[in-house]
Amino acid sequence: MGLWNTIATRVGYGLLLLVAVLILNFTLISIAPGDIADTIAGGMGGADAEVMEEIRTRYGLDQPFYVQLWRYLSRVALFDLGYSYFYNTPVTTLILEKLPATLLLVFSAQILAVITGTLLGVLAAKKPNGALSLTVTFLSLFGFAAPVFWTGILLIILFVSIFPIFPVAGMVDVTIEGGFFVQALDVLHHLALPMVTLASIFLALYSRLARASMLEVLGADYVRTARAKGVPERTVLYKHALKNALGPVVTVAGLQFSAVISGAVVVEAVFSWPGLGTLALQSILARDTPTIMGILFFSSLVVILVNILTDITLRLIDPRIKSG
Amino acid sequence: MKRLFALSAVILLSAGLAAPLAQAEEPKKGGTLVMSVQNTPRHLNPAVQSGIATGEPGSQLFATPLRYDEDWNPSPYLAKSWSVSNDGLAVTLNLVEGATFHDGQPITSEDVAFSIETVKANHPFKSMFAPVELVKTPDPLTAIIVLSQPHPALLLAMSSQLLPILPKHIYGDGQDPKTHPRNTENVVGSGPFKLVEFKRDQHIILERYENFFIKDRPYLDKIVMRIVKDTSARTIALDSGEFMLSGFEQTPRDLNRLKKNPNLNVSGEGYAAIGSIVWVAFNTKQGKTADKAVRQAISYAIDRNFLLKAIMLGTAKPAKTGIHPGSPFYDSSVNGYDVDLDKANKLLDDAGYPRGADGMRFPLTVDYGWAVVKPYAEYMKPQLKKIGIDVTVRASADFPTWAKRISNHEFDMTMDNVFNWGDPVIGVHRTYDSQNIKKGVIWSNTQQYSNARVDELMKLAGATYDQEERKKYYAEFQQILADELPIYWLFAGPYHTVANKKLGNPPNTIWGTSAPLDRVYMK
Repeated sequence: MGLWNTIATRVGYGLLLLVAVLILNFTLISIAPGDIADTIAGGMGGADAEVMEEIRTRYGLDQPFYVQLWRYLSRVALFDLGYSYFYNTPVTTLILEKLPATLLLVFSAQILAVITGTLLGVLAAKKPNGALSLTVTFLSLFGFAAPVFWTGILLIILFVSIFPIFPVAGMVDVTIEGGFFVQALDVLHHLALPMVTLASIFLALYSRLARASMLEVLGADYVRTARAKGVPERTVLYKHALKNALGPVVTVAGLQFSAVISGAVVVEAVFSWPGLGTLALQSILARDTPTIMGILFFSSLVVILVNILTDITLRLIDPRIKSG
Repeated sequence: MKRLFALSAVILLSAGLAAPLAQAEEPKKGGTLVMSVQNTPRHLNPAVQSGIATGEPGSQLFATPLRYDEDWNPSPYLAKSWSVSNDGLAVTLNLVEGATFHDGQPITSEDVAFSIETVKANHPFKSMFAPVELVKTPDPLTAIIVLSQPHPALLLAMSSQLLPILPKHIYGDGQDPKTHPRNTENVVGSGPFKLVEFKRDQHIILERYENFFIKDRPYLDKIVMRIVKDTSARTIALDSGEFMLSGFEQTPRDLNRLKKNPNLNVSGEGYAAIGSIVWVAFNTKQGKTADKAVRQAISYAIDRNFLLKAIMLGTAKPAKTGIHPGSPFYDSSVNGYDVDLDKANKLLDDAGYPRGADGMRFPLTVDYGWAVVKPYAEYMKPQLKKIGIDVTVRASADFPTWAKRISNHEFDMTMDNVFNWGDPVIGVHRTYDSQNIKKGVIWSNTQQYSNARVDELMKLAGATYDQEERKKYYAEFQQILADELPIYWLFAGPYHTVANKKLGNPPNTIWGTSAPLDRVYMK
């Protein structure tokens, strides 16, 4: 009863949030001077007055603002995200085309950050003031403080230019022939640097969180009991303490998801990773309203879903948490 | 013994002499070229979409009647010969025999006529084919273009990306060519390469069209155009050999770095037909810049040589007029307003703008629309302070914001980068024509400049085929503009082609890498 109730409430709020996001962003985009006709004319090296008029009429930009907003919202309600002004393709097609690449990047980066962060945090908790702990703190703060595009370019210079281990840009090498396994390996090869770059922002957070959480847990009574019973240290750490310490990390990881998506936009730009981030940047600069709105709609949806999932995961990890 | 020695010496010598001869360049067939392009095209049909992003892949997919070399000489391409009638009102094209589209259908004069009509109706540059009244097709290999007046720009308008020959049997089905589904998928073209795959933001893969109408060409098996927006990424990839070719490169720091690489040829030759010029445009009707003396003073204050040395790091060539320095019509004898701060100050004093107590005469704003031209805008501030003008640099959030501002004439000065597009009729006239002051249209006559003699000169130069006569008209045109200064031109946009030395015949014509790459081969 409790679980389903919670989910229903969350979904309800989520929908309200979605509508608010759409209205707010549509308004913001429409307020800015200029429109898609200027972009198209700009990309073409100029256009005559009739051409621009024709573009504006074709996309309904000569209608008053309220008409445009109403038209858009009513179509979205029917799950029609419209056509991209810039690419002349349905927005849904564009998004679905790019989505797998971004999901791959975002999820692999998050998983890397959570696992590595937790491991480092646990190790650091064993010896809170040891050399490893300090190194961990330093490296992770560095990753957190440095702007993500700078970290990305740094990694490119180190591991593409100086030590040519990784490719410079893109997701695949089209000149490679081979079966599924070879292709998958190629994608992983391209994924390595962007994934590490994106993970570096959150590594600090998760490792500090894990460390603090572990320290707190390690000071608890049941841990002292387990040690007194003679349970091997490894079991104490990883079987008993970690499960309880993991809670905060997972919560924060879930809540950070929207930040990861925005970080992904920059990482995708640096590495020419063909995902939603690149599409978002391009459509914002091009004033391609339907595509911008479509991406915002989609990412809001994903963030809401992830938050719901986080709730559920938390409940599974720690059965003590009840809804209420 | 001696004989043996002499014999072996002779053999070795001749082998040594023969070796380089054997390597003397015969283009070989084969190989995949991985190159980079900077932007994703909206689609792949240059007939209805102008711009480099579409032009680079478009020139490989579609052939044009003519092609040009690095000296503005036209040579046959799809048209094996052409002629202009005595009264200049009819241009006849004789097509190559046996040319076919990528689906095997023959290329005929019907397709040429259809393409001209499509470009005329849909392409943003109306001046390219405006005087075309109709195209007669007396037989499948002859097209006669009938004009309402002599139109010298026609020949250049039939090259590179400006007149791709489209298959009428595909695009003539009644759908709007601007949104035709075959613009992005299953593209059937007339050019040396056909489309294998187009993935937005990733790549465009082309492969040789085996029945291309030029025998034994193209040499390359495949071209992979990787779409990489980030300049540092492209530079690193070119440095390491991951990409072997990239055109339209223009960032000075990266160019100078690539020039140091012994495996690369970095050439600023070519691109004269693109005709990119970076300049400062003035509002000639509102504000202080409406006064010619103010514009001239500002021009005297700007040190072009400093910009070329310190900011462009020697990668760009100066431009003194609105016609690209690489064009045969460029007149270098006009006043370049070489830096002279005393003259500038005197002009402003005499024109009645005295310095105030703080040393400033009056404020002005300078706009810029994108990052590449930002340094020049920022340079204006300290430099114009020296003549007492207080400059505020106005950034725009993105291109449409800047375009809206400028096209609504809400500016004092703005940096800009505009293309000639081959013949001055196509890309130069629009900036100075008093009939082209159109609010809301970027790259119209946004300076609101109006001079009856200039209008007349442009009309005359656009209506005769006589090169010498055109040169005379354009010379007077440039002299007047250099006096009235609706714009102060700084330098030619420094497009460079970066090519790996393993590439034979890298593109260096007036169209740069937006020309067909059928002659390129891997060594």
